[in-house]
Amino acid sequence: MAGSPVQVTGTVLTTRRVDAYHALTVVAPGIADRFRPGHFVTVAVGGRDSSMLTRRAFAVHDVKPDYGGTVELVFGVRGAGTAWLADRKARDTLDLVGPLGRPFPLPRDPCTCVLVGDEHGSAALFALGDALQQRGCRVDFVLGAQSADRVFGALRARRMGETTTLTTEDGSLGMRGTVTDVLPGVIADARADAVYACGPMATLRGVTAVAAQFGIPVQVAVEESMACGIGVCMTCVVPVIGDDGVTRMVRACTEGPVFRGERVRFDDVGTIPFDALGAPGGRHA
Amino acid sequence: MTTDLRTYLAHVELPNPVLTASGCGGTGRELAHFSDVHRLGAFVTRSITMAPRAGRPTPRMAETPSGLLNAVGLQGPGVEAFLERELPWLAERGARTVVSIGGGTVTEYTALARRLAGAEGITAVEINLSCPNVEDRGRVFARDGSAAAEVVASVRAATPYEVPVIAKLSPDVADIVAVARACVDGGADALAMINNPVGMSIDVDTMRPALAAGTGGLSGPAVRPLAVRCVWQVHAALPGVPIVGMGGVATGRDALELVLAGACAVAVGTALFHDPYACPRVLRELEELLQARGFDRLADAVGLAHRPAGAQPRTRSDLEESSL
Repeated sequence: MAGSPVQVTGTVLTTRRVDAYHALTVVAPGIADRFRPGHFVTVAVGGRDSSMLTRRAFAVHDVKPDYGGTVELVFGVRGAGTAWLADRKARDTLDLVGPLGRPFPLPRDPCTCVLVGDEHGSAALFALGDALQQRGCRVDFVLGAQSADRVFGALRARRMGETTTLTTEDGSLGMRGTVTDVLPGVIADARADAVYACGPMATLRGVTAVAAQFGIPVQVAVEESMACGIGVCMTCVVPVIGDDGVTRMVRACTEGPVFRGERVRFDDVGTIPFDALGAPGGRHA
Repeated sequence: MTTDLRTYLAHVELPNPVLTASGCGGTGRELAHFSDVHRLGAFVTRSITMAPRAGRPTPRMAETPSGLLNAVGLQGPGVEAFLERELPWLAERGARTVVSIGGGTVTEYTALARRLAGAEGITAVEINLSCPNVEDRGRVFARDGSAAAEVVASVRAATPYEVPVIAKLSPDVADIVAVARACVDGGADALAMINNPVGMSIDVDTMRPALAAGTGGLSGPAVRPLAVRCVWQVHAALPGVPIVGMGGVATGRDALELVLAGACAVAVGTALFHDPYACPRVLRELEELLQARGFDRLADAVGLAHRPAGAQPRTRSDLEESSL
């Protein structure tokens, strides 16, 4: 973890709708200074006397130094907590903790990277794209979603990326299909050296399988529901194979959310694999 | 004027009464990013088991009104890794460590207590009596006074004299006083209550239980009245036994409520998920409230609500917040 996370009371600077999503810019200096691409923040929702106890975790879309440091979050309304957050107005205050998690590892030498985002998972890719380009990397985007209004950041991806391929399952924008359908073509055309992906588990699983076919490394940022985001509640575990070949149930919030794709046992997410360390009736170290 | 916040768990003095609740403070390292672990009254570890445990499948958590259901299943690296990596780290930072232990059989608890007996830096041992009991077809030790007492007695016998043994009780019983009394008779130096009552939540969209494990432990402000009741009843019956009160403590007011009911220390659990600074904040708020009420010592407030109702002026109740 780079630097210690902090808890700050941030002030909402702007709110806007981006198609099906909401984008919230919050003045949060302590978090903005420490941010690296891939980090996330957690937000307390519902106000002080709220009955909603768990914080909501969001990938950071963008960090800007103006106004002393702002972070931008992009989210879709999925329940009461995100609905409350969507109702925030400029000058409201928010309780944030961040930056949390392990950021994306960056390549040492310039290379070609394909950045894959599904739904609002794309939000986390632009800060990464900037960091990669600063290192002289070529960046290609593949963004997808269910429908056109759920594809996030297509315009920015077109400006930033060498190429940008869009997919929608209903065919309302770009190619009809999913990001994993077009990914082999993009990797081949760009002669990509590495893949980065954000989005739902099923997408990450597909992306990892494609990268494995090409034999190139893939870094995925997993989405798993968390109650704390700081590593104390143990609710966001995923089965991940360690350097020693042993599968452990590791926390997505502190050991992740970014993992090497081939290390995550996507088929076993939501279960305790029988050979995991400490699995019932399984291996004991 | 400052309030004397020292408190005693049996004969062990703690500088202040705010603890972490078992399973809610990680290894201590996670919270240390936010505040010093040595400033806690004591750090209570998650329940340590003999062998590494992978826990239950995900989803392990569901939010409920003012509460949280969890079914983590005691995930942890086992006692050897705990002694090697976690306990020394806590000791180095000057934290007072209460080691919570969990097991499925009396033998397992005893073996854990023996393994911990030689270790440096253990302030107290807390027995998590809510683990399913292998010897008794999955029932929980805490549901049965004699089963709980058996565990307590064997852990007490295996633990050095200077280390107090705390029995952690479940509210899911017909008579918590009877279980508490059995544990004290079995040798418990202090009691901790309450562990999570068992709850359940069903996702009406998927029409399936929200937790992979089906049922889970309910925590958070939703269970605070239950905790206050348990502490009250046990303190009334066993006034000399130190009680660590916990269950939905999120503010100094919540902590004071448990203290007035009879707890001499208070543990913060679910609130840590929401606010990593919860422990120092609760302590500060508790101190301010005690000062505002003219207490020189925390000890004077412990169990104070039990004094007979006299001609005290009636004060505001929550219902009177309305203008009627």
